[in-house]
Amino acid sequence: MQNIVSLETVCKIYQMGDVRVTALNGISMTIKKGEFIAVMGASGSGKSTLMNILGCLDRPSKGKYYLEGVDVSQFSKNELADIRNKKLGFVFQSFNLLSRTTVLENIELPLIYSKKLSKIDRDRINQIMATLGLMEFQRHYPNQLSGGQQQRVAIARAIVSNPTLLLADEPTGNLDSVTSTEVMNVLNDLNHNMGITIVLVTHETDIAKHARRVVVLKDGEVLSDTPSQSPVTPMPQTL
Amino acid sequence: MPALFKIALRAILRNKMRSSLTILGIVIGVGAVITMVSIGQGAKVMVEKQLESLGTNVLIIIPISTTHTATRGTTGTITLTAEDAFAIEKECSAVSYVSPGVRTTTQVVFGNLNWTTSVSGVGANYHIIRNWPMESGRFINQQDINIIAKVCVLGQTVVTNLFGTLDPIDKWIRVNNIPFKVVGVLSAKGQSPTGQDQDDVVLMPYTTVQRKIMGVTYIGVTLASSVSAEARFEAIEQITSLLRQRHRLRPNEENDFTVISQVEFASTIMETSRTMTVLLGSIASVSLIVGGIGIMNIMLVSTTERTREIGIRMAVGAREKDILFQFLTEATVLSSIGGVVGVILGVVLSKMISYYGEWPSLLSPLSVAVAFLFSNIVGIFFGYYPARKASRLNPIDALRYE
Repeated sequence: MQNIVSLETVCKIYQMGDVRVTALNGISMTIKKGEFIAVMGASGSGKSTLMNILGCLDRPSKGKYYLEGVDVSQFSKNELADIRNKKLGFVFQSFNLLSRTTVLENIELPLIYSKKLSKIDRDRINQIMATLGLMEFQRHYPNQLSGGQQQRVAIARAIVSNPTLLLADEPTGNLDSVTSTEVMNVLNDLNHNMGITIVLVTHETDIAKHARRVVVLKDGEVLSDTPSQSPVTPMPQTL
Repeated sequence: MPALFKIALRAILRNKMRSSLTILGIVIGVGAVITMVSIGQGAKVMVEKQLESLGTNVLIIIPISTTHTATRGTTGTITLTAEDAFAIEKECSAVSYVSPGVRTTTQVVFGNLNWTTSVSGVGANYHIIRNWPMESGRFINQQDINIIAKVCVLGQTVVTNLFGTLDPIDKWIRVNNIPFKVVGVLSAKGQSPTGQDQDDVVLMPYTTVQRKIMGVTYIGVTLASSVSAEARFEAIEQITSLLRQRHRLRPNEENDFTVISQVEFASTIMETSRTMTVLLGSIASVSLIVGGIGIMNIMLVSTTERTREIGIRMAVGAREKDILFQFLTEATVLSSIGGVVGVILGVVLSKMISYYGEWPSLLSPLSVAVAFLFSNIVGIFFGYYPARKASRLNPIDALRYE
């Protein structure tokens, strides 16, 4: 299987006045299609920075980032925005939905920026909403939904443009344990049944168990990169 | 494109109070522009009509000194006499005709109908000076004046109200219980530029009005015409020096009369209109700038408040110019709404001013279009900086914003 992500000695250095902070110190790793990876590490280990670079929200100071074989390390802001729009999906800890727009409008947001929205897109959106159990909420506003429902909307938005990579930054951080499991099952389902590649950041080992590969960072470097010890078997879900 | 408009509109309607206050400056500015142009246009048309109705070579002699009106009031010794008028006509070479005038308002009666109207004593040349043709019959002549004849000439409105379709010529009307024979009917003249019905008038020999109706020996507002429009200044000079001489005014004494030409009177009106235009124009410009600053201010606040939202949009793929366009549209829609409200305000205001101030106003579609365009330009100009600032946010920082 081809590598969809290839990082070659990626460094990220921040200059804050006189102080130089090295957030990432020569990270090299590859990700194949269909993988489900958990990135763990203490705070300050560089996992947020790694996610930012993988998510094309930031550029590496040194090294190369190949996404689907294309070197995006020195892409311009506009080119990066384009990549984020078409090839990447984000799920955040605090959901990050647009508060005064409906569920449907939140989900279709990436498509609005890629200037599409044909009938095909509408069908796809309906299908995603059905899969994630959101059809009845489509005209609701985020503040009318529970945490779990909101995160599902965020996931729907993240996959609407059929991205290469889905990046989840502590997606269960603001959820109780029951809802957390629910959301993780959704992600598992997407990974298993729809083949979506997922990179997940977490500091909870319980959550990391849902992944099949765990990368641990320490001080901006890869400490360990191992297949998951006890992978959780994904359950087929009807939501 | 309509989707963006909808998004912008929704953002604006989110906080109606704030949006309303923001566009206040634009509303006032646009309103002022519309009002100013309407009144300016109206003044111009009024002046043109005035000149047309009275002629560019017509002079008005008022038996009151304008400089003393403030202290003496409108009553005071009237020193103008009919002999002054004769002298002017005879001795001032630049003057072609003079019509002494004296005037009152009273009731005129025909049969069992009566009508209160303006009764004006005039000279035999009045209709020539005023370029006012007769519809039927004849005008008052010098003989009528000499013999203090009880004859009159009627305006169309008086005819309609007292005679209906009946021919008034050679009929008799009563004024102050004195019978007068109708010798002529004036053609229609219409409204004066100040909105008065010029056809609502009864003309008689001035001697008759002096002696039989008002019981006075002076004359009031007197009309004269210069030989040509260009000669009017010379005519004014001649009249002034002649009257000063006749009234035995010493060099240091002021005129006890006023002579003005239609044209100069008109230019006074234009001057007033111009002053008002400059005044309103200043208010308009300042208001528009203030309105623009208001928009810029609110957009800065708004984009800061929505930093997170901007970060989210960027994360899902909005480019810099998408964000720039989004907020620029918002600013422009805001200012456009201000423009529309301002136009409505301006229309209402100019109608009110023309109604109460008896100053005509003319709404011009061009001015509406220009004012509306300007409100858009203000929105784009003052909205650009906040929109650009928003578009330059770093998505990572924006997403972290509380």
